[in-house]
Amino acid sequence: MKKKINEMTLRLPAISINESVARSVISAFVAGLDPTVEELGDLRCAVSEAVTNCIVHAYRGYPADEPGEIYISVRLYDSREVTVEITDRGCGIEDTDLARKPCFTTGESGERCGMGFLVMESFTDYLSVRSKRGEGTTVLMRKNLKP
Amino acid sequence: MQKDVIFSEIGDTLVARIQCDVDHHTAKHMRESIDAMLLNRNPDELVLDFTRVDFMDSSGLGLILGRVERASSIGAQVRICGMSPRIMKLVKLSGIERIQGITVGK
Repeated sequence: MKKKINEMTLRLPAISINESVARSVISAFVAGLDPTVEELGDLRCAVSEAVTNCIVHAYRGYPADEPGEIYISVRLYDSREVTVEITDRGCGIEDTDLARKPCFTTGESGERCGMGFLVMESFTDYLSVRSKRGEGTTVLMRKNLKP
Repeated sequence: MQKDVIFSEIGDTLVARIQCDVDHHTAKHMRESIDAMLLNRNPDELVLDFTRVDFMDSSGLGLILGRVERASSIGAQVRICGMSPRIMKLVKLSGIERIQGITVGK
């Protein structure tokens, strides 16, 4: 049975400067498992997508002085598995199957390409999206690092 | 503050050398300055050079696609170049290199 060897929880206001903060913190935390440059790059990109979704979609229209919060939990296992769970308490997603389809976006035309979930799915080994309208969304990603 | 995009011109080509990570936070200012230069210089070709870019997520794909749209509205083509294997992985995943009006160069 796999054993958890470390975990962390991070709570950040949903402001765009924290996209790079989230990436940096997770990079540093996962470094303990000595991932390859490619694995780390995959994780950084997947996390960036999830955090951006919280800011651009979940908390869209929130006032700048009350931006909403993003909760990030990372767990490392002795099986070299990394799980990252990213939760918001924003607007929720009406249809998660539709949201996961490549090129689907409700974002600003011509600037958001609708690739976020595709990137998360392609750069990790498992992705689940749980959401409830008006209550928020939790994205769970798992990546198995090479032995 | 360090500049996020450095521009140069070679004939009718406008080169935009991107200088930092491309995410949703940084892309906004980049697209404003690139669009302003596009309108101002009216080039035949816009080159987006990613040589100095260490990290990019799908916001960068949005940045590229949005510029292809803007460029084609003034009759210009877009070439993207200088991408690391990491960024190439993202570009290949999205399939944007197959879109009309864009070429992937060295």
